[in-house]
Amino acid sequence: MIELREVTKEYSKGIAALNDVSLKIEQGEFVFVVGDSGAGKSTFIRLLMKELEPTSGKIQVMGQDLGKLSHKQVPFYRRKIGVVFQDFRLLKDRNVYENIAFALRVTETPSRVIKKKVPAALSLVGLAQKYKSFPKELSGGEQQRVAIARAIVNEPSILIADEPTGNLDPANSWEIMKLLEEANQRGTTVIVVTHNHEIVKMMNKRVITMKQGNVVSDEKKVGV
Amino acid sequence: MRFGTVKYSVKQGVKNISRNRMFSIASIATMAACIFLFGIFFAIITNFNYIVEKAEEGVAIVVYFDAEATDERVEEIGEEIEKYEGVAEVKYVSAEEALDSFLSDYLEGNEELAEGFKDDNPLVDSDNYEVYLESVEQQEEVVEFVEGLEGVRKVSKSDVVAKTLENFNVLLAYISGAIILILLVVAIFLISNTVSMGITIRREEIAIMKYIGAKDSFVRAPFIIEGILIGVAGAAIPLVILYFAYGKAINAIMSKFSVLNSILDFLPVGEVYKTLLPVGLALGVGIGFIGSFFTIRKHLKA
Repeated sequence: MIELREVTKEYSKGIAALNDVSLKIEQGEFVFVVGDSGAGKSTFIRLLMKELEPTSGKIQVMGQDLGKLSHKQVPFYRRKIGVVFQDFRLLKDRNVYENIAFALRVTETPSRVIKKKVPAALSLVGLAQKYKSFPKELSGGEQQRVAIARAIVNEPSILIADEPTGNLDPANSWEIMKLLEEANQRGTTVIVVTHNHEIVKMMNKRVITMKQGNVVSDEKKVGV
Repeated sequence: MRFGTVKYSVKQGVKNISRNRMFSIASIATMAACIFLFGIFFAIITNFNYIVEKAEEGVAIVVYFDAEATDERVEEIGEEIEKYEGVAEVKYVSAEEALDSFLSDYLEGNEELAEGFKDDNPLVDSDNYEVYLESVEQQEEVVEFVEGLEGVRKVSKSDVVAKTLENFNVLLAYISGAIILILLVVAIFLISNTVSMGITIRREEIAIMKYIGAKDSFVRAPFIIEGILIGVAGAAIPLVILYFAYGKAINAIMSKFSVLNSILDFLPVGEVYKTLLPVGLALGVGIGFIGSFFTIRKHLKA
């Protein structure tokens, strides 16, 4: 599903954000990527999104060699990946329904399909009643649920969550993790980048630990 | 592109304009000023061209014949000149008509003196052809041709009038071309600034769009539509104003300088707008498109 082979990314000569990293994530896996600031987690995500090019090495996702993707093919590749951010990144001038529909409009989905898919995604995240609300009228947890609905409405093969609980209290954090786990149970490969060790422990999933651009440990389960 | 996507892009383009109101108004106003000036120059140039054309119609060359030339030969010369390309009209002026014209031009009010010439026409060899040309630029060529014809004694031409009109025409075209070019660059720069501002305001939205798989064309479309709408508004406003102002300006010129009435003949507004309307609108759309297209392309690459 996702394979990094000896990937190095240097922003400036001699300073590697990722250093000769090799790893594999299978289809349907739920993986945590943990590490301190500067460990290379964000670089890892940006490489997967093909926002950055590796300095050396090879990245293969869903059978595609990212190095061989043309600029025109990138949008189509990204449509297979859902992204959730720490700061939600919702469009403040649009209501919940429009925010989720936005992900479908961008991919030029017909209106009749949008009308079916948006309510279904809202039901999955438990916000069916709030479709008319604007982001500022929602709590942090609710905003993150809208962001998840937007990420899954295109039924992506991979869901990447970058610090999804970074701005949330423990109760809301747990709710968000449950939603991500549900998406995983529906067959989506989920990658969560986080600092929240407590949640990582409780979820009992594979954990990749990074430090200064290197993978220092890769454990299948850390126990409950 | 799907109809839904087009609808969405147009809606977003309109939204961009209202979100970015002050900059949009500034762009429309500058654009309107540019197209207004363009319209004024255009109206002046087309009218001047029209006046020049009219004046050119009056610029004739005069062809005199050898004393031995028979009436038949004179007639043949007329036919040959008439056939030549660029000749609009050939008019025969007899010696009597030439004298009458001379007398009325120079001896008007001095009928007694004029009477003395009646029986002894001093212009007996002055019967001629007045040859009117389609354009002054052809004068030299036609003169050369006519001078080469058998039986032609002399060809008189008015070089000064022809050359002055021609030179002034070219000068006016250069000056107005340069001014219009400067205005276009200013307008493109302003639209580009407005679109840049819109892109800055929507930077977050563009980033999200790209993350969730929007094609470049989808991201670009609302900004290009914004630029085109600004261009159309910036062109439509001055074109409407000019339409109504044109007639009034001509009336004002004519009443203030009534002496011009007999000399100048202005084009009707409909005639000027036959070209000005499509050119003005195309200019608005073009400037809007170019200004926004290259700006968004630059930002998308970054």
